[in-house]
Amino acid sequence: MDQFLAQVLNGLQLGFVYALIAVGYTMIYGILKLINFAHGDVFMVGAFLAYFGFTAWHLPWPVAILVAMAVCSLLGVGIERLAYRPLRVKGAPKIAALITAIGVSFFIEYFSSLDFVFGPDYRLVPRVLPDQRWQLGGIVVTNVQVLVLATVLVLVALLQYIVYRTKVGKAMRAVAQDADAARLMGIDVDRVIAFTFALGSALAAAAGALFAMAYPQVHPFMGIMPGLKAFTAAVLGGIGSIPGALLGSLIMGQVEVLTAAYVTTDFRDAIAFSILILVLLFRPSGLLGKTEPEKV
Amino acid sequence: MKRMLAGLLAVSVFALTACGGAAPTGGSGSDTIKIGWIGPLSGEAKTYGVSAKMGVDLALEEAGSMVGGKKIVLVVGDDRGDSTEAVNIATRMLTQDGVSAILGSVTSDPTIAISGLADSYKVPMITGTATATKVTLNEDGSRKPFVFRACFIDPFQGTAAARFAVGELGVKRAAVLYDKGNAYTIGLAESFRETFEAGGGEIVAWQSYSGDDTDFSAIMTNVAALKPDVLYLPDYYGRVSLIAKAAKDKGLDVPMIGGDGWDSPDLDFATLAGGYFTAHYSEQDTREAVQNFAQQFQAKYGEKPDSFAALGYDAMSLLLDAIERAGSTDGEAIRAALQSTQDFPAVGGSISFDENGNPIKFAVLLQVQADGTYKYITNVN
Amino acid sequence: MRKKTALAVAAVALLYVVLFVMRQTGVIGIYWGQIMDLALITTISAVGLSLIYGFAGQFSLGHAGFYGIGAYVAAFVTRSLGGTEFNFLLALAAGAAAAGLIALLIGMPILRLRSDYLGIATLGFGIIVKVLLENADKLSPVLGGAQGMSGIPRLTTFSWVFWLAVLTILLARNLITSSHGRACVSVREDEVAADIMGVDTTRFKTLAFVLGCAMAGLAGGLYAHLYSFLHPNNFDFLKSFDVLLVVVLGGLGSLTGTVVTAIGWVFLLEVLRSVLGQQFLDWRGVVYAVILIVLMIARPQGLMGGKEFSLDRLLGRRAEKGGAQHGAAGMP
Repeated sequence: MDQFLAQVLNGLQLGFVYALIAVGYTMIYGILKLINFAHGDVFMVGAFLAYFGFTAWHLPWPVAILVAMAVCSLLGVGIERLAYRPLRVKGAPKIAALITAIGVSFFIEYFSSLDFVFGPDYRLVPRVLPDQRWQLGGIVVTNVQVLVLATVLVLVALLQYIVYRTKVGKAMRAVAQDADAARLMGIDVDRVIAFTFALGSALAAAAGALFAMAYPQVHPFMGIMPGLKAFTAAVLGGIGSIPGALLGSLIMGQVEVLTAAYVTTDFRDAIAFSILILVLLFRPSGLLGKTEPEKV
Repeated sequence: MKRMLAGLLAVSVFALTACGGAAPTGGSGSDTIKIGWIGPLSGEAKTYGVSAKMGVDLALEEAGSMVGGKKIVLVVGDDRGDSTEAVNIATRMLTQDGVSAILGSVTSDPTIAISGLADSYKVPMITGTATATKVTLNEDGSRKPFVFRACFIDPFQGTAAARFAVGELGVKRAAVLYDKGNAYTIGLAESFRETFEAGGGEIVAWQSYSGDDTDFSAIMTNVAALKPDVLYLPDYYGRVSLIAKAAKDKGLDVPMIGGDGWDSPDLDFATLAGGYFTAHYSEQDTREAVQNFAQQFQAKYGEKPDSFAALGYDAMSLLLDAIERAGSTDGEAIRAALQSTQDFPAVGGSISFDENGNPIKFAVLLQVQADGTYKYITNVN
Repeated sequence: MRKKTALAVAAVALLYVVLFVMRQTGVIGIYWGQIMDLALITTISAVGLSLIYGFAGQFSLGHAGFYGIGAYVAAFVTRSLGGTEFNFLLALAAGAAAAGLIALLIGMPILRLRSDYLGIATLGFGIIVKVLLENADKLSPVLGGAQGMSGIPRLTTFSWVFWLAVLTILLARNLITSSHGRACVSVREDEVAADIMGVDTTRFKTLAFVLGCAMAGLAGGLYAHLYSFLHPNNFDFLKSFDVLLVVVLGGLGSLTGTVVTAIGWVFLLEVLRSVLGQQFLDWRGVVYAVILIVLMIARPQGLMGGKEFSLDRLLGRRAEKGGAQHGAAGMP
């Protein structure tokens, strides 16, 4: 029983990290109907910035994380402005935006792997917290695990506050519901979109930093799988819905870890994507989403 | 149909110009000899390749970049530790550059991938450090005549580690973790298991993972629950560091043993301190060949050599010696000369190749120290 | 036979003879010959995706998965039965058939999804295929699993690739200009409208998808017997993007564009590799990405702009009768 609980805890940690990424995906999709492929790579950049903060820049770790979040939110806004907005202005078909998103993702990955940027190597992230473990009944809990859980909870609470209790959050929800109507009501849609990107990217960066602390290895292509899995989580929970993204991530985290622990590690990724395909086929609106009729 | 024809015509013009302008640069001329070097200069095996190349360069320098009266031209390829990339590079070296011999690769999987090409094109190939048995042997056990290596093989390492565990550490319950996509880790794991069980031990956990995994928490929770006395982690320095950390996180504070893959300046010394591994080289070895090499290496690069540098140096030295004795750049002649090598005084020991293209050598057992150095424990035969 | 067709056949045959002789006599060396073979293999795969996406508008990101299925099935056949010419033919057919069959099974449920979701679903499928290939050694050790499969007999020759490429292009061409094909294009332009007008969208989407994936499977089989070494890492979604880039760059809805771009792309990469050396691999990804982004923003219709190369237009003549061949999609 203890072992099972320990595995659940492992799954929780993973799921929480995915949650921070998934929320960004879902917000951007909600507002733009765009799958921002590059989101996983913002996660990677965040992880690297945290890594540099811990090592070369000698920052205290909370500061390193905040720096990563700040820089990545700018990165997110930059991506939107340079790559997605021109297409939006032109009224280009959704596929063009998706292909562009793929291009941006590639660009960030390969550009980062150039020697003068991050370089292509796998880097070991040094310990920033002294090793501390506690015995809780039969399971071992580390301080890093506690940190991850606590940080994610705080950030999600913050997000909920912003989205549901501030004016800009209201504007975000309005634009997600009907962009044209929002514009008619006087909302600066472009500004709101930029803000959404900034917010989502900051959270992805935080996810990256936490990931680097929990699974201490960074490299330029580390964002691909977590990005896709987080996206799966968002779709599972209902794309466009923030609580959906959270629920989906928790489920994905558990499924992944419990499969690895009790079935086999071999098919870990395959199972995750099988879930994705099944959800898309049988309940495309996800667990918490609403079915949307296709507008002609 | 006519649109296709016009398109194809346009394209063929393109193709012809490209081909015409890039005729093969020809093989070894009358006064030069081309040797190819393939290894990981980037990627997860990077430090091995970088070290090996340094050793190779030192050997070249000592030979004055000449052998048998000809100037040596080294053609370098970075395979990134990837088998497909290694095959592409080797194919290019064999068809376009026309190399007379190949030094490479450094890790087992890419080396196995290109070993077939050596036989196909009848060009001798020697690897300094690829330890998997399949490097020089086909699946049916027959030898690949053009392939040699300068190091011991995986079964030897795994066996040595198991004997140490049973004999010196006195442990009875082992957990073995290996990468199912990496012939090297599989070879080591299997020979460890065989010897460990023969010595009366029990393998309580036999766990595979995938090369892409970063999250070992699930596996480690399971392994820890089985209460092993020792962990055998025969993977590369990066992966081993992750696994060891996950093990410590789950409260598993037992001795850890590994293979020559641990030999790297990028190993997580803090987490792995106290762990043991089998290696090819120790600077604390008093033999003359070792001390001379270490001194020259230090003089040229200002740092100490590791196993991979020593073996890179040996591989190049063995090759040059064979080319001298062969007296020609013909592949078969060099191959024959390599096979007949007797008691060559290498840094790694006195080298003669057996019928499988492997040298008969000893290994050293080292212990990881928290300050980033290794302590020499013993020789293993 | 009409004069134009005869002319075309003669030109293709002449091209074949010229290239063949150049390769035999060593004017085109082994290395560049292999690159040429790869270019033709890429063309076959790209024509497949062109059919699926360029013409039928189905955004598939899992093309490399079918390429991989074809490669491994074909390799398994020759490894098991021996490397004779007949077995090679059998292997290629098996590879293409396997890919096509799986496409049919997957396609039936998946093609109902709309474009961006279809893209993700096919992407997921491609990853699943890769994971299955990594574990293939559980099915049969000769398949190699995560360590790769080696020792595949090198049976792919220029003749095989050339004529199979011509066949594939012809097949695609005939499909597109048939009434089935024009229906596919109508599906691409506006699926809902086509549906309302009575075009059996599902049937045509499935047909294009199955054929396109079978072509990928054929290309995969040829690839396996060219390089003699297969590794699951070669069939990941980066490979799918590679082919997507070729199709988009060449222009959706233009077969000429796809063919020219596929061949040109492979050669361009090799030239860059020779020029840039080691740097090339680092910069290749960046260059791909920039091209893709700039293309989407500046010229989303690609090089050929959705038009086919026409000999008539080249020679300044105008299209008179037989206008249905060049013209817009008619009513099915």
